[in-house]
Amino acid sequence: MNRPTPESFVVRPRVDHEGTELEGDMLEVSMGPQHPSTHGVFRMDVVLDGETVVKLKPVFGYLHRNHEKIAEGTSYLGSMPYTDRLDYFCSLTNNWAYALAVERLAGLQVPERAEYIRVITAELTRLQNHVGLCGFLLQDMGALGTPLMWAFRQREKVLDLFESLTGARMMCNYMRFGGCRCDLPAGWLEQARTVVADFPAFLREFETLLSGNEILMARTQGVGRLSPELAVAGSVTGPMLRASGVDYDVRKVDRYGIYDRFEFRVPLGDHGDVYDRYMIRVLEMHESLAILRQALKGIPGGPVIDPKAKLRGFRPKPGESYGRIEGPKGELGFYLVSDGGPNPYRYRIRPPSFINLTLLEDMCLGRSIADAVIILGSVDIVLGEVDR
Amino acid sequence: MIDEGLKNELAKQGVVATSLQELYNWGRSNSVWPLSFGLACCAIEMIAASMSRWDISRFGSEVFRPSPRQADLMIVAGTVTKKMAPQVVRLYNQMPEPKYVIAMGACAISGGPFKQGYNVLKGIDRLLPVDIHIPGCPPRPEALLHALIALQEKIAGEKLTGPNRPRHLRADAPSEFPVPEFGPHDLVPPKNDALWKPIPFVRAG
Repeated sequence: MNRPTPESFVVRPRVDHEGTELEGDMLEVSMGPQHPSTHGVFRMDVVLDGETVVKLKPVFGYLHRNHEKIAEGTSYLGSMPYTDRLDYFCSLTNNWAYALAVERLAGLQVPERAEYIRVITAELTRLQNHVGLCGFLLQDMGALGTPLMWAFRQREKVLDLFESLTGARMMCNYMRFGGCRCDLPAGWLEQARTVVADFPAFLREFETLLSGNEILMARTQGVGRLSPELAVAGSVTGPMLRASGVDYDVRKVDRYGIYDRFEFRVPLGDHGDVYDRYMIRVLEMHESLAILRQALKGIPGGPVIDPKAKLRGFRPKPGESYGRIEGPKGELGFYLVSDGGPNPYRYRIRPPSFINLTLLEDMCLGRSIADAVIILGSVDIVLGEVDR
Repeated sequence: MIDEGLKNELAKQGVVATSLQELYNWGRSNSVWPLSFGLACCAIEMIAASMSRWDISRFGSEVFRPSPRQADLMIVAGTVTKKMAPQVVRLYNQMPEPKYVIAMGACAISGGPFKQGYNVLKGIDRLLPVDIHIPGCPPRPEALLHALIALQEKIAGEKLTGPNRPRHLRADAPSEFPVPEFGPHDLVPPKNDALWKPIPFVRAG
């Protein structure tokens, strides 16, 4: 072991990540990649004046797992399990977006029952993602343990449904091109109806204790404001965009799948602050429950996969396609270029949490370092998707 | 060593006979504090294991410490990329002895499904001494609890004296490992040769 000697302490001029010398009390802090509030391996280089953020530079790439490059060397179906690991909270919506892109490329039709199953699983995914996010956001605010444990208790009930349907809790690998992998097991719909029926009671409890909580309001209201103009200019999507008051939901705009058959509202925020982003998620859970109730009532019988869909030796004709869905974090898109071969020529993902993260500095400037933590929490990033 | 039968007989009378080694290992094995350190998907299952349904606090490990200085156990939960690997080794070096490593999930063991990726480290045991491997992608929270119990058994069986004593009681054994650099093509060095000695694969015939 080398013991430090007085000579080993060198006073260096303090510079930030761009090499500019810092004056006075300015200090550069590197938060991450191992930090309890960065939601994975994310780093923020923050220049602080006292406690106020003067400059912020996000540093990514600590979880760059070469998803796109691997997918270009794998068959179309072989990439399906990789999409699970993209945004590992929402594997089923990732599956759907990818399946949608390939179905557009190959011109496959999805049977009605499979469309219903896709809507049900996607909305369940949205529920468990949002409930997890609310727990993590409160954890970032300093409510250590309790809200997160509570959120995860409810999340486990949704994961039980996924497990009995797909065999896996998180990495479901369930959708196939032209439908779903297997039909619902016996009794699954009843189990799902029970979960959906119990959820509002949990939300009521959660909201009573948290949404009107004085500390939560003091910490979040007016923090991390994002103007609608800036949000649109930064192509922010999902709950973050709607919290700024822009009415844009791919479920309403594209009406992909069978979303035109369900009645649901799109909650919008007024202020675009962290509180609005939290409330949008809570309100979206209510709307997801409304969709789930309608879908669980109207689900028809029939096949779950297009009998013409080939799983092996799948070679779509040359062309390109873009399939996008409203994932729990925003617009999730897959862009595929086919040259007629067994694997895609180009495979590109539009990751919502990566693009939502680009405006992090604009939201954090002038706020304290503790606010930067909750602003990052309210963006709802998953590093598997940011770095891919 | 005290006779097992006599020990049981004494216990019935309310007298506990034990050795310092047993007491020391009993205490240590039941308060393993993990480093709160998530890398990827497996971290969510690690969090799930610490939440109400699986409740890792039944095994004395609910105290997830964000600082490596206060942690005993590093759960490498997820894909270690080449950009992240130097930080993982640095965190391990900052942990005080005795320290243990659990490689959770296929990625931490071998690179898993991302093994062919150009930026993925093909197993953390190339850089760190791993005590327990958990297979799965991701492993279920029960699997993590099983690994923790296996680690507790390993700690409880450690000898404090003699030639087989664990690393932290041997002055000649390293407690810190060289931190690789994130070079232009690969980690420099790509693996720790003193540590990683795979069994050579011999083709039959």
